[in-house]
Formats: sequence, structure tokens, C-alpha cells
Amino acid sequence: MSSAARPPAFLPNWPARLAWLALAAYALYAASILDITWDRFVLGLENGVRFVGRMLPPDTAADKMALMMRGLYETLEIAVLSSALGILLSLPIGLLAARNLMPAWVTWPMRLLIALCRSFHQVIIAILFVKAVGFGALAGILALTVASIGFIAKLFAEAIEEISLKQVEAIRATGAPFMNVISYGVMPQVLARFIGFATYQFDSNLRNSTMVGIVGAGGIGGTMFAAFQKFDYDYLLTILLAIIAMIMVSEALQNRIKKLYQ
Amino acid sequence: MAESSGPATAAPALVIRGLSKEYRRGVPVLRNVSIEFPGRGITAVIGPSGTGKSTLIRCINRLVEPTAGEILFHGVDLARLRGRALREMRRRIGMVFQEYNLVERLTVMENLLSGRLGYVSPLKAWLRRYPREDVNAAWELLDAVGLAQFANQRADALSGGQRQRVGIARAVMQRPELLLADEPTSSLDPKTSVEIMELLVRLTDSRGIPVILNIHNVPLAKRFAAHVIGMTGGTVIYDGPPGGLSDDDLKRIYGGEDWLE
Amino acid sequence: MTTAAIDREWRRYTPRQRLARFALYFGLVLACVVSLRTVQVIPEFLYDAPEQMADLFKRMWPIAWSFYPSGVHDALIETLHIATLGTLLAIVMALPLGLLAANNIAPNAAVNYFAKLLLVSSRSVNSLVWALLFVAIFGPGALAGTMAIAFRSIGFVGKLFGEALEEARPGPIEALRAAGAPWPSIYLKGYWPQVEPAFWAIALFRWDISVRESAVLGLVGAGGIGMAINAAMDLFQWERVALMLVAIFGVVIVAEVVVTFIRKRIL
Repeated sequence: MSSAARPPAFLPNWPARLAWLALAAYALYAASILDITWDRFVLGLENGVRFVGRMLPPDTAADKMALMMRGLYETLEIAVLSSALGILLSLPIGLLAARNLMPAWVTWPMRLLIALCRSFHQVIIAILFVKAVGFGALAGILALTVASIGFIAKLFAEAIEEISLKQVEAIRATGAPFMNVISYGVMPQVLARFIGFATYQFDSNLRNSTMVGIVGAGGIGGTMFAAFQKFDYDYLLTILLAIIAMIMVSEALQNRIKKLYQ
Repeated sequence: MAESSGPATAAPALVIRGLSKEYRRGVPVLRNVSIEFPGRGITAVIGPSGTGKSTLIRCINRLVEPTAGEILFHGVDLARLRGRALREMRRRIGMVFQEYNLVERLTVMENLLSGRLGYVSPLKAWLRRYPREDVNAAWELLDAVGLAQFANQRADALSGGQRQRVGIARAVMQRPELLLADEPTSSLDPKTSVEIMELLVRLTDSRGIPVILNIHNVPLAKRFAAHVIGMTGGTVIYDGPPGGLSDDDLKRIYGGEDWLE
Repeated sequence: MTTAAIDREWRRYTPRQRLARFALYFGLVLACVVSLRTVQVIPEFLYDAPEQMADLFKRMWPIAWSFYPSGVHDALIETLHIATLGTLLAIVMALPLGLLAANNIAPNAAVNYFAKLLLVSSRSVNSLVWALLFVAIFGPGALAGTMAIAFRSIGFVGKLFGEALEEARPGPIEALRAAGAPWPSIYLKGYWPQVEPAFWAIALFRWDISVRESAVLGLVGAGGIGMAINAAMDLFQWERVALMLVAIFGVVIVAEVVVTFIRKRIL
């Protein structure tokens, strides 16, 4: 058996190690910049315990519950309408933005539009719409529609760019018109994913519609913010729990529907 | 070049004149190819990989754009058509692909009926409302290829050979006047390849559809084709019956001796 | 070819499926119609909207570029720190939770359910609401913002991480168990190599979203550029607001470029 030197079995992965070290160093640096010290944290925890104490038990007075239910219902409306509008608009926009189907002079403006829709947080868009169309649910609906387009159309376009063009080629070879090629060659490959994006976005809209109210765009966010400012922390807890419950129910429903559609 | 001799008193299925294709400037894949394809039976195009067989086939239905030349199909130059006219011509030409190119998430029946997409309006197609005759024809074809029990199964649940059968049926559903086949057996095992070729012959013969077939398996070509075109380096160097293919011809087409039996 | 062919029917979906699909479409349309009819939208505001928006954009022009160094730059950097630190914290907390939420790894169903519950709650509460809560606990400032991002992101990262774990191929795990490896080694050498690309993709994706979310946390006092936007809006200084929006847009684009670059390199 020769004992000649052999290369080591595992080479240390220096780039990865350096990256980990850099991340750790960054964490410490950022914490100091943001003025996050251990003392503040501990103080905060004490505060937190007191805070939680004031939230319990949750307030269930009848008039407050009625107000909350109305707020929740409006939230639901905002979510439903903005999702429907967003989905409807995302279909053509996403198709037009797919680089393997459309020429550059069509895809570039569409992708720019999508990028614009995505870049701004729903709350900022909501503020702008509140200024434009006034307080209330309309601002919320419009804001979340824009957000929906930014999400669904982008992922939809990416999904289309990943399809097998061979299947599309076969349909084109039969002499089918453009819409038939889309309907039989493109859509079957992406429909399942599109539905996934759409349901995810509805879920997201439901969560976000709970908070556009904070800036006046309708829904339970407004009720919640009012409770917060009035130090009505037990009512705040009730609202939070109701929101969580609503979202869980919605998730469960969506799972059933997904199973049905497979 | 031997004159095409066969039962052909029928008009040619397709006439190509001076067809050239360069994917990159100065690197022609097809050089000034001129062929008269017989109006009946299977014409096999053989030749080594990269010699432009696939390009030739795809130029016919314009899945690839020819650089120059004419493609005369029943008097119409396919190379000149665009838009709606091109589509209407494509309806009359069926195509079978090497990798079947079925829409995998659709069912077998939907794939079959998609052969009629050139004839059905987008709305009806989306609603899956096809004319009575089309549905009947689809069932008949499914029976003819022996896949009736798979009608409502997703295409990706089928084996390769089964998928190619669906691919052939889809092309025949178009009631085409010409069928193109781009290496239809190259992804299949030897036994299945023979079955597919037999199916192809059966379906197209009984319906009187001429076939232009791209194939690199010479024994299969000799066995099933009524006419053979041999290509190498983008030009045609043999145009005649399979029986006339000599070993010399094959050597010229494919080069080298080792592969000959 | 028989001439007296019997017409054979073809249906894409069984009657039961069709009924179910119809019910679904009907339900969706009904939801939309009901919402449309009961939502309180004042028509005058709707017609007025284009004019109002035009007015708003007019007030935002010209953009107050000169304000950037003094008023915007620091806030922007703070926003980035909040996003990054928050995401890092979230990853640390989400790793164990994600493990427990994967039903092929959790020791028993109760723990699995509880972990999933925690993750759902984290996701159900919006980051802005988390920010509100943490401002009440820690006082206004970047600490509240960082905690808000962290707590919101745990649910996201944990859920996707758990799903990636559930999709890991059991084969290699089986092999390691057969070789008698202890469970930390099984995780490290069996699961981790399979889910690592997905994990980094999830982390990067979440960081990208967190950058966007951090920008608005300041609206409720949790630090970052949101506070500057609030201040400017209160004073109706729309040109400065426009500047900040452009700054956010720029940062978001840079973040996307960075994410795409890193994804290409390591995935």
C-alpha cells in the first residue's frame, strides 16, 4: 500500500464559509446601527407581558361585535372583488408579457407595467387611491387589484415562458388559429399553476384587506386601528382573533376546492 | 437520379423546387433541393443526422422558414403564404412528431380532437363542443389504433408507443391531404417501431393519404416505403424505389462502412 | 366505414364533475355579485377619480431630488437593515418550526399541528399589524420594525420550508437510516442537501418581500423610510413623498437584481 499523499477527500468550501461569517458579522453590525441592545429588548419583554395582560380577556360586548362583523364583511368584499378583477386582468397581461409568445415591443411595456404594480407596497398604493377616490372600500379594492396584477401576471408570464413549446408547435401545425393554440397548447400546461397563483393571491388579498383600513381604505383595519389608538386592547385582541379565524377558514375552504379541481 | 417509378400515375403530393435553408449566413443546411414527392404511398427521406431531413420536413409546413425556394402543394406555393392562408393550408397537412408532442395534461380524446382545431372556432374548442362527425371519427380512430379504453386518460399516462399512436390519430383527424412524419419511430423500441410503421401504413393507405417520412433506420425505410429519397450534406443523392438502393448508394449517403450489415 | 354509424357521445367530465365545477363557478360569480351590490362605493368619487389622481401627480412634480441626502438616504439604509436583520432572525426561528411542521419529520401529530398553527398565525397577522403591536411593546423605532418583519416572516419561511421537507425523496433518508446514522446526521446529510436550494430561494424571496414591507412599517412608527413618508404627507409635501416613492422603487429594483444574481450563482 503506497502512502503517497492523496488529495483530501473534502475540500473546505471557502466561499461558503466566508459567506456565513459575513452574514454573522452583518447581523451584529446591523443590530448596533439600529440601536438594538439587550437592555431595550428586555425592557420590551416586560412591557410585552403587561401588554398581553391588558389584552386578555378579549372584549365581546354586543355592539362591539356588531361593528366588528360589519368590518369583517367589508374586508371580505374587498378581497373578493379585488381578486376577481385582478385575476381577470392578469390573464391577458400575463399572456402578453410572455417572451416566448409575443414580440419584444409587446412584452416590454407589459413587463414594465407589471414591475410598477409590484414595486409598491399595497399600503402605499392604498394611500394614493384614498387620496384619489376618497376613503372607503373602493380605494382598497383598487389598491389590491393593482397588487394582484403585479403578483399573478408576473408569475403567470414566467410559467408560460417555461412551457414545452413542442406541444404548442404540434397545435400550430394543425392550422389552428391563435386563440386555439393558446387554449389547447399553452393553457393546459399552465392552468394548474395559474389557479395556484390565483388562490394564493386571494389569500394574500384577504390578509392585506384587513390592514388597508389602517390608512382609510375600508375594511376591518380601520376598526382595528381605532381600537389601538383608544387603548382598547381587549377589543383589539377580539379583532385579531377574528381575523386569524377568518383566514384559517378561508385556507381550509381553499384546500377543499383545490382537491375538487384536481 | 432515378425517376420515381411506382404506381404513381397520380399527381405528385408535393413538389419542391430549389429549396434552401441557412440557419446561419453562409452555412446552408439545405442546398437547392428539388423533389417531386409521389402522390401515393410512403416516401422515406433517409440520411445521416444533421443533413437537413428534419429541416426539409419542417419547411413544408413552415414550422421552419425556408431561405429560398418553392413548395408547391396542389398548385399553391406554401413558401409564400402567411397568416390565415398559411393556417388553412396547415389544416390540410398533418404532422407526426418524433417526441409525439401531445399536450400532456389533456386527455387522449382531447388530443385527438385537437387535430380539428383548425376547423373549430376558439369558443367552441374551449367549450369542448365539437361537431358530431368529428366526435364519431375520433371514436373510430381510437378503435383503429386500439386505444378506446384510454379515451379519458391524460396523455402523459400512456407509454411511448401508445402516445405515438395518439399522435398519428391526431394527424389523421385533420383529414389531411398529406402527412408529414419527423422521425416518428426514433424514440421507440424496435418492436414498437415496427408496429407504429404498420399502423401508419394501414391508416394512410386506406384513406389515400400520401406520407413524407423522415427516418434514419434504413431497414425500416426499405421495408415500409414505396419511394426513398436519400440525402447527405443538404442535397439529394438518391430518388427512387427502395429496391434500387444499393450498398454503394448507402455508403454515399451515410459515409463509412462499419454500420452496414 | 359504416354509414349507419351510431353516434357515440364524448364528455370531458363526468356528470358529477360537471356539477361540482358548475357549483364552483356559480359560487364564485355569486360572491362577486353579492359583493358588488353591497360594497359601499360612492359613484361620484369613482367618476372623480381620474381628475383627483391627475391632481395628485401634478403636486408630486417636480420631484424634490435635493432632499435626498438629508432626509431620505439614512431612512432608506435603515429600512434595508430592518429588512435584512428581520429576515435573518426569522430564518433562525423558522428552521426548527419548519422541521416540526413537516409531517415526515415531526415526532407526533400534535406537535406537527401545533407548529403549523404557529406558522399560520404568524402569516395571518399582517406585518403592519405586527408592527403596531411591537410599537406598543418596544416603543417606536427600528426595533419594533425588525421584530415585526421577523415575526411575519417566520410563517412564510417556515411553511415553505416545511413543504420542501415534505417533498424530499425518502430514498436517501432510508439509506442513511439503514447505515445507522444518528438523527442530526440524517438531517444534515439526508434532508438538508435536498432542500438547500429551495431554502435559499425561499430566504431570498422573503428578503425581497421584506424590503418592500419594511418601507411602510414607518407609517405606524416602526422605523425606516415609512416614518419620513408619514411626516411628508402630514405636511402635504408631495414632491418629497414622490422622491421617497422613487427611492423605494429604486431599492426594490436593486434588491431584485441582487436576488437574481445570487440565485444564478448558487442555485
